[in-house]
Order: sequence, then C-alpha cells, then structure tokens
Amino acid sequence: MDLEIFGLFMYGISLLTMTGIYAVSCLGLNVQWGFTGLFNAGIAGFFAVGAYTSAILTTPEHAGHFGGFGLPVPVGMAASMITAGIIAYAVAKICLRLRSDYLAIATLGIAEILRLILKNEQWLTGGSLGISHIPRPFDGRGQPWSELGFLAVVVVIVLAIYWLIERGLKAPWGRVMRAIRENETAAEAAGKNVERYRLEAFVFGAMFMGLGGALSAHAFKFISPEAFEPLLVTFLVWVMLIIGGSGNNKGAILGAFIVWTIWSMTELFTGFLPSDWAIRASYIRVFLIGLILQLVLQFYAKGLIPEKPPVIPGKNGGEKAGGD
Amino acid sequence: MIVVDHVSKHFGGIKAVNDCSITVETGSITGVIGPNGAGKTTLFNIIAGVYKPDSGKVLLDGVDVTGKKPHELFALGLLRTFQIAHEFSNMTVLENLMVVPPEQSGEHLVSSWLRWGRVQGEERRVRERAEEVLDSLRLGHLTFELAGNLSGGQKKLLELGRTMMTDAKVVLLDELGAGVNRTLLGELASDIERLNRDHGYTFCVIEHDMDLIGRLCDPVIVMAEGSVLMQGTMDEIKKNDDVIEAYLGGGVLKKKQPSATDATGAHPA
Repeated sequence: MDLEIFGLFMYGISLLTMTGIYAVSCLGLNVQWGFTGLFNAGIAGFFAVGAYTSAILTTPEHAGHFGGFGLPVPVGMAASMITAGIIAYAVAKICLRLRSDYLAIATLGIAEILRLILKNEQWLTGGSLGISHIPRPFDGRGQPWSELGFLAVVVVIVLAIYWLIERGLKAPWGRVMRAIRENETAAEAAGKNVERYRLEAFVFGAMFMGLGGALSAHAFKFISPEAFEPLLVTFLVWVMLIIGGSGNNKGAILGAFIVWTIWSMTELFTGFLPSDWAIRASYIRVFLIGLILQLVLQFYAKGLIPEKPPVIPGKNGGEKAGGD
Repeated sequence: MIVVDHVSKHFGGIKAVNDCSITVETGSITGVIGPNGAGKTTLFNIIAGVYKPDSGKVLLDGVDVTGKKPHELFALGLLRTFQIAHEFSNMTVLENLMVVPPEQSGEHLVSSWLRWGRVQGEERRVRERAEEVLDSLRLGHLTFELAGNLSGGQKKLLELGRTMMTDAKVVLLDELGAGVNRTLLGELASDIERLNRDHGYTFCVIEHDMDLIGRLCDPVIVMAEGSVLMQGTMDEIKKNDDVIEAYLGGGVLKKKQPSATDATGAHPA
C-alpha cells in the first residue's frame, strides 16, 4: 500500500476510535442533561476517575504508583464504571438537591478536586509522571490490525450503550426523566419520586463518562493529569452534545464525530503555522470550536438531530405518535 | 376527607396561614375563596406537601400526612393542579398524560431492557386510557401536539386530565379557571361535576370566579388574613358583611371614602 494512503487510513482509524470514546461520554451526558436536565460541569472528573481506575487495575506491577494489578482489560473497564458510579452517587447525595446552575458549580468544583487528588497523590497515581504501559486489547498484532481491533471494541461498546440508553428513553423511564427535565414540580405532583430518578440518571450517566475515560487510557496506553483538563474533556463533550442534539442519542454520537473531527483536524492544521503562531494554536482551536457551536446553533437551535418524542404503541398506529 | 387542623405557616414576619382549620368532606366540591394574600395557595401547598407547616396537622382519611412529600401524597390518592399550568412543554399531549399512571414497570431501566414485551403491553393500555381522557376533555385532536403549543385554557384542561389518569380520592384545583375563557370555563365546570358525580372525586377548589364557585361548590370557605372567616353556602356568603368587607377592603361599608385605596383597596392582607 502507498505510504501516504496508509497514513491516512491509520489517521481515519484513530479518528473513529476517539470519536467512539467521546461518544461514550457524550451519551452519558445525554442521560444527565439531555433527558433529565442535570447540568454536570464535572465530566472531566468522572472521565479521569475511570481512566485511572482501569489503568491501575490493568497495568503490570510498578513502583511508581499503586498496583498495578495486571488484571484483564474488561475487568478494568467494568471497575471504571463502578468507581465513577460510586463517586457520582456520593456527589449526587450532596449536590443533587441544588438547582441546575448551582449543581453546575458544585460538579465543576468536584472535578477539580478529583484532578488535584490525581495529580498530588503520587503513591496512588504516580503524580504528574502519570501511568504508563497501560495494555490495549489486540495490542502487538502489528499495524493496522491492533488499531482496527481496538476500534472494533470501541464500536461494540458504543452500540451496546446506545441500545441500553435508547431502550430506556423509549420506555416510561425516559418519559419520567423528560418530565422531570420539563417541570420538576409537576413530575413530583404526578407521583414520581424525583430525587430517586435524578440520582439514577446522574449515576448512570457518570458510569459511561468513567468508561469513556477508561477507553481513552487504553487507547493512549499512557495517562497523566494533563490529559484531563476540564477544557479538553468537559468542554468538548458539552459542545458535542449541544451540536449533535441534546436529548437525541443519535445526535450525541453525530456530535462526537463532528466535533472530534474538527478538533483533530485543526491540530494538523495548526502544525503548519509559524512557530510564534503555533504557541497560540491551542487557543485558536478552542475559538474555532466555539465559533462552530455558534454557527450551528444559529441554524439548528436544537442541534443537528433534535429530540423527537418516542413512538408509543397503540391502535392508531405507533408511527403517528411522533409529535413533530 | 381532608382535615386541616390548626395549621400555621410563617414566611419571615408574614403569617401566611394562621391557625387555620378546614374540613373537606368526602364527595364534596369544597370551594376556598378569599382576597389575594388571604393564604389560600399557601394552605393548598401545605396540604399538597410542598410546604411543611410550622404547627398543626393535615389528615387524609384520618391518617396524619403532615410533611409528606407530593409524590407520597399522590400514592395516597391526593392530587393537585397548579395555578399556572405546569405542562411538560417539550412532550406531546399524549405523553403528558401517560407520565402519570403509577407503578408502570417500564419506569425501571432493567425492565425496559429485559421485559420489553410487557412494557409495550402496558404502554398500549396506558395510551388507551390517555386517549379516552383526551376525548372526554375534547383534546383528542391535539394528541400528538407538543403541550407547550397549547393555549392557556387547553393547558388547564390538560392539568385536569392528568388527575384523571389515576384513581384519585381528593383533587386540589388551584385556580383552574384563571385565564380560561367563558365557554371553556363552563365546559371545565361540567367536567369537574362529572368527575365528582361519576368517579367519586372529592374536590377542593381555589377560585376567584364567583359564578364558577356558585355553580360548583358547596360548602364555600372564605379565608382572610391566613385563617377562616366563615363557611357556608354561596348564598349565605354573599349576604355576609364580613366577607364583603374582607374583599373590598376596610371602610367600604362605611361608605364615602374617596381615596386611591378605593381603586386598589382589595388587598387588605
């Protein structure tokens, strides 16, 4: 194969892999914000917790950090969801009674606390040196098979999560969540235990953010606290959901694809800039993403694939139930 | 039956509800009237579990329900509507009703994954009931409309419709008629009478529209300054000097007090 085409092919694989990883987190945010209206501004925190959990559990023993335990990758991924879920539960118990804007501030603070812990508790996380030698499924099969194998893993996970969430959304569960988002007081008056449902949505969504983090750790085979800057993770995932279509699972995945593609391509582009411009490149990238968000919202106020009421079975034919 | 027993509620220095006791008999349509600031809505919110009273008790069929949360009261058969319609705007009218029925197995995530057939079967039944309710409220043509697009009056009908999606014992109607035109108001009143007669709903109604109160309610309770001023039939109330005074402001009965307070004086509390 021609070397240039092969390079492009490998770039495409890495692009899709990262899209999938972000789509996992973005679907998690869709459960929290898109369905239930919970403003989680601490995505990076759950993402990081997931990444470190899986990394510590799956790496071979190392003196620089806690463990590692050399466990299989699927165990690490499952554990990343559990850890993120437990932390989300604790956060939710304290913060979920807050109104949405206060919840945003609280989660933002908690993500920052988590990041500082990961950075400073050297015995646990290796501090700023991070954790290396993180295993990746299908590794060591040579290019491009190892990359393709991992992409397949990511795709299967995205599809599985999509199915789980979409089912829930179409069921009365999703209806209650949306009712809570629309009007909490009325949902409570309609007999729904709002506190329980909000807790469920927060924990469930955070588990996928944790899984997204774990996948990113295995994709890069190395993690350090720098990888979990709020700007990088929280900001991007939010933009993905808003551009794609908050409340729509297909939109969340499409948003992840579009935003990551732009993000990744601008990195290539800024690489060609003269050196004193290159320093500003990272700001230009953020600026570009913000600009695109503005443009998309001008024309698609509800995102590229807006939320659609689910089809409800009935004698008049379910297909009529879509309310648009 | 609801018994409100010597309930008080303060907000800062304001005694919104002050040692108030009322009884809503089973099967009645009890009206609660009073000038703005009389404490009607606060009393409603205490009964509905939104506020916890500073003192006193609320009993539902003899059971102490003071301080219970709205969703717990719903499970006991105590429902409410809102003064300002609380529709689920970005959901269809059909969905607005289908939210309500309790204990739908599809409200649990795991059931939605593993028992899809059963969930779908329940959905068909719930939808059927919702469509019946919509037809009876003349909202059938709006089934798939987003609730946010309805008119003010239609939203009020939807509020009433939600209470018809479960087996309610007592329904609190908080100014169901506010912002509703005359024709629709008459229809609303018929709906309420029908629910009361055919389904055994007990209603407790806050209302400013005296025609509606006169048509529907017996007894009528008049509140002023946080407590009960009097209780009786509409005719008795119309003749009562204290009630007229409370509504029109102190001094009106003494006649001839030409001042700005005459124009705005309907706010003694």
